[in-house]
Amino acid sequence: MSDHDPARPGTTPDDEPTRRPGELGVRELGRWTWRQLTSMRTALVLLLLLALAAVPGSVVPQEDIDALKASQWRESHPTLAPIYEKLGLFNVYETPWFAAIYLLLMVSLVGCIIPRTGVYWRALRARPPRAPRNLTRLADHTTYETDQAPDVVLARAVEVLRGRRYRVEVSTGSTDGGAGSTDGDRWVSAERGYLREAGNLLFHLSILVVLVGFAMGSLFGYKGGTIVVVGKGFSNNVTLYDDFVPGSLFRQEWMEPFAFDVTDFDIEWLTDGPAAGQARKFVSHLTYTEEPGGPEREYDLRVNHPLTIGDTDVFLIGHGYAPVITVRDGNGDVAWTGPTIFLPTDGTFRSFGVVKASDARPEQIGLQGELYPTFGFQAGEDGIGPYSAFGDALDPLVSLTVWKGDLGMDDPGSQSVYVLDTSKAEQVTKEDGSMFRLDLRPGDQVELPDGLGTVEFERLERWNRIQISQTPGKLVALTGVSLALLGLIGSLYVRPRRVWVRARRTGSGDDARTVVEIAGLDRSGGGDVPAELAEVQAGIMETPASKEQDA
Amino acid sequence: MTDTQWENLSNQAIFVAGVVYFLALLAHLVEWAALRKIPSYETPTTGRTAMFGRLGVLLTVIATGVHFVALLGRGMAADPNRVPWGNMYEFTISGAFFVSLLYLVLHRRFQLSWMAPLVVGFVLAASMTAVIWLYDPVAPLTEALYSPWLVIHVVSAIIATGAFTLGGITSALFLLKARSERRAAERVEERVAVPAGGVATGEPLGRPAATQEAGGSGPRTGYLARVPDTATLDRISYRMHAFGFPVWTFAVLITGPIWAHEAWSSYWSWDPKEVWAFITWVVYAAYLHARTTAGWRGRNAAILALVGVATLWFNFIGINFFSTTSQHSYAQGVEDGGAVQAAVVAVGPAVAGQPASGSSS
Ligand code: HEM
Repeated sequence: MSDHDPARPGTTPDDEPTRRPGELGVRELGRWTWRQLTSMRTALVLLLLLALAAVPGSVVPQEDIDALKASQWRESHPTLAPIYEKLGLFNVYETPWFAAIYLLLMVSLVGCIIPRTGVYWRALRARPPRAPRNLTRLADHTTYETDQAPDVVLARAVEVLRGRRYRVEVSTGSTDGGAGSTDGDRWVSAERGYLREAGNLLFHLSILVVLVGFAMGSLFGYKGGTIVVVGKGFSNNVTLYDDFVPGSLFRQEWMEPFAFDVTDFDIEWLTDGPAAGQARKFVSHLTYTEEPGGPEREYDLRVNHPLTIGDTDVFLIGHGYAPVITVRDGNGDVAWTGPTIFLPTDGTFRSFGVVKASDARPEQIGLQGELYPTFGFQAGEDGIGPYSAFGDALDPLVSLTVWKGDLGMDDPGSQSVYVLDTSKAEQVTKEDGSMFRLDLRPGDQVELPDGLGTVEFERLERWNRIQISQTPGKLVALTGVSLALLGLIGSLYVRPRRVWVRARRTGSGDDARTVVEIAGLDRSGGGDVPAELAEVQAGIMETPASKEQDA
Repeated sequence: MTDTQWENLSNQAIFVAGVVYFLALLAHLVEWAALRKIPSYETPTTGRTAMFGRLGVLLTVIATGVHFVALLGRGMAADPNRVPWGNMYEFTISGAFFVSLLYLVLHRRFQLSWMAPLVVGFVLAASMTAVIWLYDPVAPLTEALYSPWLVIHVVSAIIATGAFTLGGITSALFLLKARSERRAAERVEERVAVPAGGVATGEPLGRPAATQEAGGSGPRTGYLARVPDTATLDRISYRMHAFGFPVWTFAVLITGPIWAHEAWSSYWSWDPKEVWAFITWVVYAAYLHARTTAGWRGRNAAILALVGVATLWFNFIGINFFSTTSQHSYAQGVEDGGAVQAAVVAVGPAVAGQPASGSSS
């Protein structure tokens, strides 16, 4: 791409900015750089670089896509991780080097489009170019002889070419004859396929539109998730999100003031067939208001059917169980009660969760363990112990270990609600010192050792994981790609062609014949010119008798 | 017919299709073996050789028909009935089917008989790979796949895959042919440059052979001799790509994002399948540029086309083995992730189970 090749043969003639002599120094260098940057070859190399640069992001876990995988990867590759970090490999699509490639490509694109638009504009208004002096020099040409007069042949040629949607130009006879033509150089020149270049320009321009739309989304939008227990609600406020990823120019006041309640949740479990155990048709029944005090509406939220409120989309992307657990402390006071979110760890909805009853007295009480929606147990040496046989809650059981003492809730730094900090706590054991484990079915209440209190599993509720995002510019991007596709179709399927027909009288008197030369040029490289020429020729030669009379 | 009967029919049909493709391949190999002995400017239209050629095409037609029955059976075996695009097995046999169908449709128009052994071999290999390594019993679609976009997105992705694959095969032949033309030209040069001592000038004798070999088609017998010249191959390859590219654009940059937006709440999230679909797209854009750029035309463009098919099929099958974060469910089983990820996996193999980019999205 940087080889200094003043002639630069090979870029398409149309997009070649001509080199003007007499400009030196900085300007010359600037021009040269600009020309290099906007050359086809540079575009090609940048495209390949872009493809290459996108690869690492599919191999190394990306922070934005799967933060958990990324941190696991970091832990298991302690030596590589810092290097990758420096290179931005955990965030490939936001690194400066990735941006540099596509920004250069865009600059190159603009530098390419502008001059070509000018060239195209002039070409649109230009007449088809006059016939080259020697048509038989062109790669694709045919010749035949006929008795018809040249005028008749050419008139017919005009008709045929117009019929084939060519723009046609006719020589005006001997006065317009090229130098050296004796008895008048008579030809017809035709061109078609102007839309190809228009399509090409539209396509390249639309890429910029897509990029603008995409950038709007990542700068001004946000994406967040929240877990809502069925029966409860959510209002669109940053503080109520479990995770929230704003774009770099996002402003909180752009958030729409809607609120919704998850009134009910339906799910259907497959009980036979190869997909038995899978869930289907989950529907979250919502009532929502678009703004405080606004009318209350209902919506059935399903996968593939997001709810759109203004610019914001609300999606159902997950669900799970929340056992309602009540902890009463040693004094008999309720130290914790409510649906506790357990996160599924596999397709059977075996789930993990913790309870932190930090208000319990005399000591704080912590619970952690698993929920099995349909409890099963496989004992024995190679048994797997407790498991969930099915995702539906047919026979739910929670199995928890108990901790007492300091749960670390007062430590600085935020604590995940899904993790119990047991570093300073003490595990509760039975009197004989063996592990104390709570196995509770709904309705069960168990007394804890040492007068710590009681734990009750009241009932099982469900939660939905709701993803909420505001993506400005998505329609801009969609319009952009759609236009790009349209342009592409024009650019790839319209065949720009030139055809010339020349008719010449040879011989004299009764021997006089007309030599007809037809030549064509395909400017796209994909076309089949000989076939086109054969059809044009057949058209011109068709029904000579009647045409002759008309003429 | 019951669902089980449909499923059995489908399994038998793919097996029968495999056998018939194999017979078609044999017929074409016999044909080409016989053709080796005949100079390339003669095209037998009667006799054993021609018969084997026609037989090969006929068998391919039959195999493709049976192949279709296999796809139909997959769709009918599911309850409720659906398009047969729910898992890798189904995508792969569908992809192979479209390669074969497209080849048959274009056979006459582009005179593709020279492509026969390669296409049939490819289709056979792809469907057998599916049967042996990718087989999955018929199952209902996961939740996220219930969308009209499944049909539109996957159909377009698979059609584009078919066209790109044929284009790739043509480009591979282009490279072989270009090499043999070059060799032939070198041989001719040697012969002309060093006239054998005895023969008078070498000119009158050498020239006709030279023009025929160098200008025409390299060696005069053998498989490559019957493959069209490089200009024709380049044109056919371009046509296939020019057809595939907009369809691919539609599949991965329009319908894919629209569907992803509905199912995953984000129209583009740099999911590994998306990344590779994008890479494929960019490589093919580079191919189209290369065809009009000096120094890149011809050989380099053909190499780019091959890189394109490689990324295409890598995305189709390979990426599943390299990346575990894809939301495209069919690409992976349910994994024990950590807590929050599991919450997502929970909605399913369903939501975590996703549109098929076919090779894309
Ligand atoms: C984002 C980057 C780009 C993409 C994805 C892209 C894609 C494409 C595609 C798919 C085509 C084929 C359509 C056709 O044959 O008309 C094409 C053609 C073309 N592109 Fe680009 N392009 C990009 C950037 C550029 C740049 C920077 C230039 C200028 C140097 C450029 C110049 C051209 C030209 C001149 C053609 C027409 C080739 C012909 O005559 O067929 N492109 N581009």
